[in-house]
This record gives sequence, structure tokens and C-alpha cells, in this order.
Amino acid sequence: MNPFQYTRSFAAAGAIQSLMKEPHAYFLAGGTNLIDLIKMGVVTPERLVDINGLPLKGIEKTSTGLRIGALATNSEVADHPLLLRDYPLLSLAINAGASPQLRNMATVGGNMMQRTRCNYFFDTAMPCNKRSPGSGCGALAGYNRMHALFGASDHCIAVNPSDMNVAMVALDAVVQVKGPRGERKIKFEDFHRLPGDRPEKDNTLERGELIMSVDLPAAALAFNRHVHYLKIRDRSSYAFALVSVAAALDMEGGTITGARLAMGGVAHKPWRLHAAEAFLKGKPADLATFRQAAGIAMQDAKAYQYNKFKLTMAPNAIVQALTTASA
Amino acid sequence: MSKIPDDFPEEEDVFSGSRRDFLKQSSLLSAIALTPGPVIKAAENKWDEKFADAFEKITVNLEVNGVAHSVTVEPRVTLLDLLREHLDLTGSKKGCDRGQCGACTVHVNGVRINSCLSLAVMNEGKKITTIEGLADGDRLHPMQEAFIKHDGFQCGYCTSGQIMSAVALLKEGRTQSREQISEFMSGNICRCGAYSNIVKAIQEVKSNQL
Repeated sequence: MNPFQYTRSFAAAGAIQSLMKEPHAYFLAGGTNLIDLIKMGVVTPERLVDINGLPLKGIEKTSTGLRIGALATNSEVADHPLLLRDYPLLSLAINAGASPQLRNMATVGGNMMQRTRCNYFFDTAMPCNKRSPGSGCGALAGYNRMHALFGASDHCIAVNPSDMNVAMVALDAVVQVKGPRGERKIKFEDFHRLPGDRPEKDNTLERGELIMSVDLPAAALAFNRHVHYLKIRDRSSYAFALVSVAAALDMEGGTITGARLAMGGVAHKPWRLHAAEAFLKGKPADLATFRQAAGIAMQDAKAYQYNKFKLTMAPNAIVQALTTASA
Repeated sequence: MSKIPDDFPEEEDVFSGSRRDFLKQSSLLSAIALTPGPVIKAAENKWDEKFADAFEKITVNLEVNGVAHSVTVEPRVTLLDLLREHLDLTGSKKGCDRGQCGACTVHVNGVRINSCLSLAVMNEGKKITTIEGLADGDRLHPMQEAFIKHDGFQCGYCTSGQIMSAVALLKEGRTQSREQISEFMSGNICRCGAYSNIVKAIQEVKSNQL
């Protein structure tokens, strides 16, 4: 690892101030992604601002739902009784990601900030517009088996690797951030961005902004009885998704009264399927309905040389996830 | 942080004391010989402050297997390297060094983590348990006994990590079925393929606990 300086912070204002002092400073939370990236030479910080001393670990009920502190670990969230009871989709998604050891270290805020697992991003000998803007996209005409189906650009076809994010976006979570210019809220769906011509920017945070918490709205409680998170990967555990689907249904008898649907492993951001959700509302929960919904979800899909299999895998995964969720 | 002194300033450069000491103690040339890219560039540009900062060391106080240690390390030293290189506790293994294999698994405040992805300085005030801390004198931990009995290893390189994970697994209560054991042991890779015997060892310790 390249040498870097280290500062410990115990309050958000101080952490933000420390970060703003240097152009190549990074917040350090669990470290599971950042330290890996530093070892690989993908990220070369001059300073790490350790925020683990900030009081942001709480998980508590609020008047509008549930607030999860940004420093709550993935395990603490996934195993929390309130999450298991009220937002089981999030528990399922988190436990589908990484390994128990990593989930014990990784935080909610850090999970949101994790970088893509695109091999061209990790390999510093390769071109990558995300790592080194203007150097080109190695994946575009390269080995792009893991890559995007939706919302990509000629500058970047990488995907967001998180499972947690897929459930968060389906649950309409809201991100609370604090920065040099004060606090603001960001809808989870607007937190991550599409690559466009600036793939180096994974999200809409401004420099110095720190994730404080993520709020799950009470409205998502309607979807806590019929849920499934289906993750398809090269081995049965501890691997990144080729395709994943978060499905949550509100049902009366055999009729779907509301649906939440999102996909992972297919875009630069967790991919919410609004059109398919709208189609599902009021329909019978049966195979024909699910197939039609999957067809709607796949309408704008575009594959590359090596990920064409995802054009079949993704709609099948949607059908399977909806079938399991509705059972 | 497990404990923050009442008088701890809100924001502190934890290493600010050692900057000049380092320059006094070290020869610039020998340092450059050992040092890559940015630091050399900083030195060429006579950014003395930056150059000094890059080498600064921080004292971290932590308890390892019940013994208190105070070790001074660069911020880039991982917990795994601190255990192996500074405390000579080489039971925790460096496999991939990237959080993909689990050979470095240790317990921090009772929770299993990958020590290769934790900086030593992040563990101030923490209690660490390594494979060396499991046995009670000459009496092996039941999980160690079970791994031997069921032949839960071949080459042995992943074994300390497997055992540390398995001990945590029991505590987490993730031993309800073979499938659950496999899923929650998935962070520990065994390239010899001793998985079925590892599962048997875990199941035996679990049944003996009932």
C-alpha cells in the first residue's frame, strides 16, 4: 500500500472539515472496499479520515419509519429484529452479499459507496474511464460478461455491485447527508447515478458530504409479507451477482395490490423497475402476469458481446423472484 | 471506538507528535530507496512536510489474546500484518490479502472479521482473539479438537481462519442445518476441499454443546 496520513474523527463537522482540507482525502468506515482498492493501487489517498468514532451506529424507530445509522454494520442491520419484522427484504438482500466476516465490518454508508467490481476498473494496466477519466473503457469491447444491460454509455458499462442497494431502492429509502454546506436528503433512487460521460462519479454526493443515515419509510411496511431476494451468481454463495432481483408484493387474496421491484447487477445503479411495478398492480399473481411484467422490465435492455446470456437470465430471474415472493 | 477520553479534542491529528522525530532519526536517502511514487515526488519538490507525513507512525493500544500491547505502526499497516510481523502471532494466515479467502479471520470484540482489510490503527482499544488465543494452555478448544478428529483440513493453510469462523458461527447460532453452516462459512475458502469434514467438525461441536 502507498503511504497515507490518518486522522480520527469523533464528530461529523470535524470529519467533514478534515476531508475538505486535502483533495485526495477519503472517509474510512469499515474499510472492506477502500482498503482493497488502496492495496490494488486503484485509489491513492493522501489521507484517510477514520469516521468509526462518530455516533452513527443506531437503528431506531422514527415517526416516519426506521432510521439506520450510516455506521451500522451490514450484520447489525440484517439481523436486527425490527428489520427482520418490518423490512425483511433488506435483511435478505444484505445477507446475500459478501461473507459473514465482511458483513461484520462493512457499514451501510460504506456499502452505498462501494465501487464497481469491473475487472478493468481494478486492473490499473487497463483503460478505465471510471478510474482514470479519458483513458477509455476496456470493457466495452473487452470481456464484458458481468456488465450492464441498462443505462450504460460508451464511456462505461460497469454495474453497481451492491445487494443492499437493490433492496434500499425498492423500499424507497431516503439518504440523510451532511456536508460543508449543511444537511440534505437524497432519495435512494437518486443517490447513485448513470455513467453518462462522467463515469468517475458513482453517485450524486458532493465533495465533503458524509452519509449520516438511511431512512426506511413506514409506507414500505405494506410490502413486508411477500418478499424475495433472488441472487444469481457463479457459485452459490460469496460472489457478486450476475443478476439479482428484489421483489416485494402487497396482496389481497390472489391479487397484487402493489409491487416493488428492482434489479442488481444490470446497471450503474440499483435498477428500479417502475413500469413493471405499475403493470403488476391489480393483476392476478400468476405466471402469465409475472412473464408480462418481466417483458416490460426488459424493454430497454442492451447486451454486449459476453453478457447476452443476461437477456434471458434477467427476465427469468424476475419471474422466479415474483413467483417465490407471491407464494 | 470503545472508549473516548472525556478530554479528547473533537478533531485530532493523532500522529502530530512524531513528525520531527522521524526526520531526526532517518536518512532521507535510505527512505527514498524504500519508497515509491508520491513520496519521492514530494521529496523532489522539497515538500518536506508531506514527505515527513507519509512516514508518520501511530501508536495503537490493543489487547490480543488477553495481553495488552502498545505498538507503533504506519497507518497503512493492516491488523493482519500487525499480528504477524509485529507481535509474531503467525497463526492468522495471509492468503489473498484482499478479503476473498478468510485465512486471516480473527475476532475483534467477539466478532469475526477479515484482519487483512482492517487497518491496525482502526483497532485502538479493541480486544482481538486469534487462533493462538483459543486453547486453554495445553487443552485445545473443542473446535480445534473436532477439526483434528474429523480431518477438517489437508494442507492446513486455511485452517486457523476456518476454526476462527467456526467458533464465531456457533456463537451466532448459524448451525441449524448443513446448508446454513455452508452458507455462513462461505467466507472461508479451502482449496484442498475439506469442506464436508469441516461441516462435520462444526456439527459435532454443536451437538456436544446441547
